[in-house]
Amino acid sequence: MERKISTRDAYGKVLVELGRRYPELVVLDADLSKSTKTSEFAKHYPERFFEMGIAEQNMMGTAAGLALSGKIPCASTFAVFATGRAYDQIRNAIAYPGLNVKIIASHAGITVGEDGASHQSIEDISLMRTLPNMTVIVPADAVETAQAVTAAVEMRGPCYIRLGRPAVPVILGDDYHFQLGRAAVLREGKDAVVFAAGIMVHKALKAASVLEAEGLEVAVVNVSTIKPLDHGTIVKWAKKTRAVVTAEEHSIYGGLGSAVAEVLGEEYPVPVIRVGVKDRFGESGSPDELLTAFQLNTDSLVNAIKKALGRKK
Amino acid sequence: MTEAQEELIRDLEAKAKTIRKNIISMLAEAGSGHPGGSLSSVEIVTALYFSVLRLKPEEPLWQDRDRFVLSKGHAAPLLYAALAERGFFPVDELLTLRKLGSRLQGHPAWGMLPGVEASTGSLGQGLSIGLGMALAGRLDQRDYRVYVLLGDGESQEGQVWEAAMAAAHYRAGNLTAILDYNGLQIDGPIEEVMSPLPLPDKWRAFGWEVREVDGHNFRDLLTAFDWAQKVNDKPSMIIAHTIKGKGVSFMEGMVDWHGKAPDKKMAGQALEEIGAES
Repeated sequence: MERKISTRDAYGKVLVELGRRYPELVVLDADLSKSTKTSEFAKHYPERFFEMGIAEQNMMGTAAGLALSGKIPCASTFAVFATGRAYDQIRNAIAYPGLNVKIIASHAGITVGEDGASHQSIEDISLMRTLPNMTVIVPADAVETAQAVTAAVEMRGPCYIRLGRPAVPVILGDDYHFQLGRAAVLREGKDAVVFAAGIMVHKALKAASVLEAEGLEVAVVNVSTIKPLDHGTIVKWAKKTRAVVTAEEHSIYGGLGSAVAEVLGEEYPVPVIRVGVKDRFGESGSPDELLTAFQLNTDSLVNAIKKALGRKK
Repeated sequence: MTEAQEELIRDLEAKAKTIRKNIISMLAEAGSGHPGGSLSSVEIVTALYFSVLRLKPEEPLWQDRDRFVLSKGHAAPLLYAALAERGFFPVDELLTLRKLGSRLQGHPAWGMLPGVEASTGSLGQGLSIGLGMALAGRLDQRDYRVYVLLGDGESQEGQVWEAAMAAAHYRAGNLTAILDYNGLQIDGPIEEVMSPLPLPDKWRAFGWEVREVDGHNFRDLLTAFDWAQKVNDKPSMIIAHTIKGKGVSFMEGMVDWHGKAPDKKMAGQALEEIGAES
């Protein structure tokens, strides 16, 4: 039986540990601390936790002011509100001056589930990736989340971390070592490669296993740092396999798929099949139902890999 | 009024005159920028930089310094003129305003020019930033104060009221806002464009201590800043009644001078008027 933990739970837990290690760490939330799991930090360090109410724009501005005064603020809410509602505040008050603010957002993607499209962020990676100075990380599971949040707190400068709501399989072992800006090859293979992020890494590994039974060797690369993107690893595996699939719980516009296609378009043109949300909003449903309906499951990945193989030159 | 106070006022008036002249010269040289709202806030910012703020220009990031955030970032020429006059960087550099490679960006950019405390320009954001600085000061048990200058048109931004609510909620007694109430914005008088009035009542309702002053009178301003420093259990708001374009006859009260620079001839006339005024 696989172990399942949500990335937001992993965040809540590591934040308490980081709070102990870094006295300058402060946390802000916009009335969603029980959902984003920052409530754990609030319990341990009430004087360093700022409840900002349902006012995301002010939360980001306040985080900027705290950073300007030497604090390391982690500002959390749902991804759709963090990046959409407060985009201009992130752009002008945080990213432009390159302030040391960590925007750690939960409930990203369609696996928010029943709340529907208003709460399902499918464009946050795109919005954050286009901002100069911004680092963008999409952890694949709870193990990587703990390490990525730690790395974000320990680096200087603005960083966006994308977390999810549902419990998801823990796929990385305790020996896994997250490196900021480096993609991790989780499975080698010569026939095709899947560059995946977030919950799609697990599905990519499953798709690779399915295709192994058909005699195909599919590599899986976990591209958890979407910015700065690990060009070297992406080009290397595109060269090795010449059949590329990207997989993300995000719009095919502007996210990982776009980032990979941009790099390969300039450095090593090969067919790239993007698996993601295809220019539509989400809708209500259970996370698993939605992943199937939006073709973000293992079967869809198997088909996408076959499509990429069919176009291979 | 003691002799020392009178001397201080005379000094401030002289500084204000220099700063006004520099604003005109900078804008004329740049060929673009915002004279109206720079000139309306001259006395406010002069009082802050030459009497109120605890600063060390030679150590711009001194941890115990008072902070000033120019939320109405388009008044950047005023901020730069005051910073240069206070010794944060050479006055000569003022004429690089808005030019390629300059540290004097069209709107204040943090990290480039000593003394600039935040990146502003997108209206409505400065009070939130100031609140963050105030909360950090309290957390660190430092006794610095934070001052934020807002525009009246800027009060149309929703974020201002989010910040107003939060500052009162956190009883940020170390935070003072000054509102440059010059009554005009790009498209016309504020009441016609989108009335934010009545301003004092709104700020009081949001939990702030409020005072109204003549924003061109140094005695009024200094008394108000003294008062603000004694309000320690709430954030304080000084609503400064001002004249847009103050000090230049053809700019005063004229909407058209919100965001256009004077040409060389007009600048010459403006400088003459400011110089003659005493």
